[in-house]
Amino acid sequence: MARRALTEINAGSMADIAFLLLIFFLVTTTMSTNTGMQRKLPPPPEKDVKPPEVHARNVMAVLINKDNFIMVNSVPMQLNRITEKAKEFLANVNRREDLPVFENKEVPILGNVPVSKGIISLQTDRNTQYEKYLQVQNELMRAVAELRDARSMKEFGAHFDDLEGDRLDAISKAIPLAISEAEPRRSVKSKGK
Amino acid sequence: MSKFRKKGNKATPAISTASLPDIVFMLLFFFMTVTTMKEIDLKIVIKKPQATEVKKLENKSLVKYVNIGPPIAKFRKMYGSESIIQLNDQFAKVRDIAPWVNAERQKMDASNRSKMTTALKVNKETKMGIVTDVKQELRKVKALKITYIADKTTKNNF
Repeated sequence: MARRALTEINAGSMADIAFLLLIFFLVTTTMSTNTGMQRKLPPPPEKDVKPPEVHARNVMAVLINKDNFIMVNSVPMQLNRITEKAKEFLANVNRREDLPVFENKEVPILGNVPVSKGIISLQTDRNTQYEKYLQVQNELMRAVAELRDARSMKEFGAHFDDLEGDRLDAISKAIPLAISEAEPRRSVKSKGK
Repeated sequence: MSKFRKKGNKATPAISTASLPDIVFMLLFFFMTVTTMKEIDLKIVIKKPQATEVKKLENKSLVKYVNIGPPIAKFRKMYGSESIIQLNDQFAKVRDIAPWVNAERQKMDASNRSKMTTALKVNKETKMGIVTDVKQELRKVKALKITYIADKTTKNNF
């Protein structure tokens, strides 16, 4: 029998096969980077404990009704003015009488600094659209983020997003994220107020 | 006759493609490792809202999803077109949230349980009623860390 030389397997098609697989994975890959707005819910209410009294000047009540109209402290307001309003409320630069009180609190690094007691309460109707709610929430979050960033620039000369450890803690405590996920109202009946 | 072969008239040699498979395989492995097949089949429609103040979700194993939205076309007959909840692979009611959270917690390492984040993936046209109900349920079982899933945008919403 004649000995035939072993013919080499042609590896040329290897690339094609690999390409095929590659394209498959390329298509199915969804580099899914979900992004989200991080919030913290208040702990469940305890039965006998009454909610703490909050002075009216310390509350900014943001209401979104079933037709997605926004009211801030009973005054209708456009979405694009919310951030500005919230910043004015939380910062209370001129220490106005109708805006939140400040209370000195111990904060890491910064020491004893005045911290706003203001709380933004966000309430919705059951028929409010989720998107609207999130937009308002976003504006409020942005107000806090901008205040924090400004404070961080002033104190440490760095953006808030770049802070770490104690410094991050300091700014976060000096300007708390005071947006309350309020108890829902049984809003069918409640009107006005 | 010359002793040497004629040198002229030589075409440039073809570029060797022998290493092509290697390169492609390298890419292939890269994509194979980063690919995350969809974990669940969404049976509801979720059009994500957009927001600017969002952060990337870190540590995927600590994030559990609550999906809320109207069912996809083939389930409309059975479930109507109002927003409903989907947990894992199935539709759920508001009262199913608490047991689900507890079950998910059980699956986690004890050290990670407190770090669990519940991601609310909600269709932007959904009404707040059902979202509020879910949030109240989450409060009851002390799953307080939540995140509202939204796409990052740089432009303002108005």
